[in-house]
Order: sequence, then C-alpha cells, then structure tokens
Amino acid sequence: MNSNPGIIGIKLGNMQFFTDDGNVTRVTVVEAGPVTVIGKRTKEKDGYSALILGMGERKEKHTNKAQIVAAQMVNQTPKRIVKELRVTEEYAAKFEVGQVLKVDEIFTVGQKVDAQGRTRGRGFTGVMRRWSFAGGVSSHGTHEYFRHGGSIGTNMTPGRTLPNIKMAGHYGDETVSMQNLKIARIDSEKHLLLIEGGIPGAKGSLVLVRHAVKQRVRKAGR
Amino acid sequence: MNTHPTIAALESAQLKSTLPDFRVGDTVRVHYKIVEGDKDRIQVFQGVVLKRHRAGARSTFTVRKISFNIGVERVFLNHSPRIDKVEVVSRGVVRRARLFYLRNLAGKAARVRDQKDA
Repeated sequence: MNSNPGIIGIKLGNMQFFTDDGNVTRVTVVEAGPVTVIGKRTKEKDGYSALILGMGERKEKHTNKAQIVAAQMVNQTPKRIVKELRVTEEYAAKFEVGQVLKVDEIFTVGQKVDAQGRTRGRGFTGVMRRWSFAGGVSSHGTHEYFRHGGSIGTNMTPGRTLPNIKMAGHYGDETVSMQNLKIARIDSEKHLLLIEGGIPGAKGSLVLVRHAVKQRVRKAGR
Repeated sequence: MNTHPTIAALESAQLKSTLPDFRVGDTVRVHYKIVEGDKDRIQVFQGVVLKRHRAGARSTFTVRKISFNIGVERVFLNHSPRIDKVEVVSRGVVRRARLFYLRNLAGKAARVRDQKDA
C-alpha cells in the first residue's frame, strides 16, 4: 500500500513559464488546498492509519445532518471534498485534527512525485483511438472496413476468442497515475503546485499528488 | 475554454513590456542571448517579421532573413528572458497578417515596401 506523504488538489490547467536560465517549462497547475486534516484513522480503532483530508466548503443545502454532526464533532465546517490518505503511523502523528496542510512542508522544488487523476471519459471508442490500431487500407477494393481491428483469433483451434483481446469499448474515465513527475514550483500562500508535464483528468478534477514510489536509480558508468 | 484566473495571474507575471511595438512586415534586429558553456554572448538576427502569434505569455514572432542565399526563419518567444532587445529597423507596408508568400519569392520580388516610400 502506498503510504507516501501527499496531498489532494484540483487540477486547474496547464501553462508554461520561463526558468531562470531562459528555458521554457511546461507544467500542470494544481490547487492543493487549503486542505484541512478533519480526522484520522488509527491502527487500534480502524485497523489502518490514514489522514482524512477535507478541501473546499460544502454548501449548507448540499449537506446532510450526518455530515454536519461529523464536522461539528471535530469543530470543523463540512467539506466539499473528503478523502482519506493512507500514511504511516509515524507520519500521521505529526498532524493534528484541524491543521491545514502546507504544500511547501510536504514537497520541495525539484522533487519527484506521482500524480493520480481520473481521465476524461471518451465513451464507446473504436480500436484505432482506444488501442492505436492502424485500421485497414482504404484502397485495393476495401469497403466498409476502414477502421476495423482485423482478426480476433483463429478458427478451430482453440475455437473461441481468447480473453483480453483488444477491442472497441468504453475508454477513459479510469484512474491513471503518472509517475516521477518533477515539482517545478511551489506557492504555499496560494496553495499551488506546479508539476512538470501532464496530469490525467479534466480541468477542475480531483488529483492526488504523492511522493514518488519508484525513484529512478541511474546506474553508474552511464 | 476560459483560462482559470489563477493561471492567468501566473502567466501575466511573466509578461515583459520592454519590447517595442512592431508589426508584421517590419524589419527588426533581435538581440538574442546565446549561452555557450558558462558564458553567454549576444547574437543579432535581422529580418522581416512574417508572423506575430499573440497568445499572452506564449506569444511568439517569426523573423525571416536571407543568409548566403538561403532563407532562414527563426521563431522567438516574445517574453523570453533570452531576448535582450528588439530594434525596429524599418516599418513595412503589408496587407496581410501572415507573410508566408515571401517564402515563394526571391530577390527583388521578396522585398516589403517601406512605409517611408509609400
């Protein structure tokens, strides 16, 4: 289980900026907060340790009584987004309920992170877009067979189509992580994270940014 | 789609207002910083502005010159810190926003009429 420190945020969009040496860096802007710790999961009580993070204010008309009471018990207002972040017990002990997470305390500039988002749904998609198939030739007598995937198996042996054959179907709207993205800039006052490269998901969608799980180790002599 | 106000604020912080007002068809001298190792020097690129791409912090302009009978085009980022300065050598009279037709012309035909002569 990934228990690296991290934060939730909203993807605002992409932009580019000039670094000090004059090069252009392309980044995704993530508004990570203000994120408040609104509760904890503990090993003794829940069997695992996690921080419960809340972000944004929930309007009263959208809040039910259970949510209001749950927020009152920890002296908080109901939050629009509530997510659990699995962390180690030692890390969870550093935070108190009601504390606002600071972006610059969790991340440093230049650090590698993983970003997780939910990709934009594309609906029912053909094999050319979904699996990058080449399609068929458009001449030599072809008709009604331009964007098809071709054969899906053999005849008598095994006499059936094997599982996991790439076919047309629903594409997108799935959780995707991008690994080893670099943090380009941090603005802790505005709770902004500028992360190099793209992050899955539409603008305004929820993303989860955590410390990278797979640090790329460069072999010596290369 | 509209840009998020937070991103718009971050982008507008990068704009620089030191560039002179030049238009498509003008001849400009672009003083561009080139980094060689740990030293940098300034190289001048003079030519006709073919195109201005106005897109906030991502704005660019394209300059074309003829160098040893070979047409050379360079795209500069308007707000790049590597642009030291831009001088306007002459103002041109053109009827188009994009002067790509100059690529197909050579010699005397590839000139842009100067505003002074007009």
